[in-house]
Amino acid sequence: MTQKIVFNIMQVLVVMAFAPLIKGVLDRLKELVQSKKGPSIFQPYRDIWKLFHKDEAVSEESSWVFRFTPYMVFVAPIFVTLLIPVLTDYPLFFAFMGDMLAGGSILALGGFFATLAAIDTGNPYGPMGASRTRMVGFLAEPVFMIVFFTVSFVAGSTIPYIVQQAWITPIANFFEPSHVLVMLAFLMLIIAENGRIPVDNPSGHFELAMIDESKGLEYSGRGAALMKWGGCMKFFVLLCIFLNVLVCPWGLASTGSFRDLLLAIPLILLKMLILVFILVIIESSLSKLRLFRISEFMGAAFVTSVVAVVIQLIEM
Amino acid sequence: MVQLNALAGGLFILTVFGIVGMRQMIGSLRLFVIQSLLLAGSACILGYEYTSVHLFVVAGITIFSKAFLIPWLLYHLLSHEIHARREITQVLTIPTSLLIAAGLVICSYFMVRPLLETGATAFLSVNLPIGVAGLLIGGYAITVRREALPQLLGILTMENGAFLAGVCIAPNLPLMAELAAAFDVLIIALVVGLLTRSIRKRVGTTLVGKMASLKEEE
Repeated sequence: MTQKIVFNIMQVLVVMAFAPLIKGVLDRLKELVQSKKGPSIFQPYRDIWKLFHKDEAVSEESSWVFRFTPYMVFVAPIFVTLLIPVLTDYPLFFAFMGDMLAGGSILALGGFFATLAAIDTGNPYGPMGASRTRMVGFLAEPVFMIVFFTVSFVAGSTIPYIVQQAWITPIANFFEPSHVLVMLAFLMLIIAENGRIPVDNPSGHFELAMIDESKGLEYSGRGAALMKWGGCMKFFVLLCIFLNVLVCPWGLASTGSFRDLLLAIPLILLKMLILVFILVIIESSLSKLRLFRISEFMGAAFVTSVVAVVIQLIEM
Repeated sequence: MVQLNALAGGLFILTVFGIVGMRQMIGSLRLFVIQSLLLAGSACILGYEYTSVHLFVVAGITIFSKAFLIPWLLYHLLSHEIHARREITQVLTIPTSLLIAAGLVICSYFMVRPLLETGATAFLSVNLPIGVAGLLIGGYAITVRREALPQLLGILTMENGAFLAGVCIAPNLPLMAELAAAFDVLIIALVVGLLTRSIRKRVGTTLVGKMASLKEEE
């Protein structure tokens, strides 16, 4: 029992520690593809460290929502981490606290507060970006649901730990058409939810074109650090769900020994590195969509997931 | 093998959606090539399973004519159409089209259900509904797309869908029929390509909706 709690806390620590690294690697690789040198892969750590040591300025006109939001954005991915398999393939202590929909709703709660905070200050760019994020969000939500329902339907459960075993036993199940379609839909979802390139340009500095970034413009000091770190962790958590639940649940610790758990850390990082390569290829070969084309992108993801459901249901 | 065939089927249906949802002509054309290759792959798998030489020949014909000859032909006949006009206009918006296409897929699964109940193999239950869906969505693409080349791709998609359903129903179809169908498609592509080219030269556009009135009436 204590061991499972310790392992669960280990998962949280791993997510907290390595989330900025993944973002740094992604940024560095993107710059390398553009034949620039790019920042060090540890730059996100330095940014967060620097921001924690700066003074925070909060507008007098803002309400408690503005002050509360960074904590919410920071804590939401941590709660989700308790529910999903990051390092082990057997359920840990908190695994049955909530299913995948609960995880989705916790992440959405963070997004909800971020939206409120962006509107709270009255900065003209904040509400604009926030409403755009909501637009992408509500288009992404049905895809999220349908992907999870397909996966749960196959496994007969909505707990991510149980679901992950269903696609790979036997191994031929991996090539089920509905599995491939679900993977594709979820990849598009990750791109949309994290504001990666076909939907949003994360490295753009033009406020009018921002979707995801402009929500955090008003924050400084500790608030900005928490928002940034929370954003990295959300990305990490979504990649974890994608890799460990949907795509390749191999390389996770299957016994209770501490050595296996430590061995699982480099393996998950390796898997993420491969996925980051794929994301870099996607981001470097596509251009950002115009705002009203995003609904087409999400429509494609939605249809992909619906077809996955249909194929799965009829084949049964 | 069943799984691989199912995978080919799943990707096939995805490319069919792409034909409806793509905005760029060149992208649609590339998707069509991928679609044809997937069809050939499915035919190869079925040929291996049923030990039928005919299906391998079908795969060969498909690769030769649809993955090389037709795209090459269209590329050269309509290079201006493909490269200069980047966006395809259509009657309905793309999300609406995609939703209707998804509806058509569900519809086709229900349509083939009575056929499958009489004795379905694992291949039949994948290829038949997806082939019918390809047929329906291809027809749908012809009706909503406003320009000649996308409409041609719609016809070709219908043809691919029919083949996908065909290879699993009749693994020993006479070779003559396959050859005839393949050349039919080639001729269609050639004729539509040439026509489009000359229409474009005269009228300056291939938007079908604008061609309601005769030119002399102006």
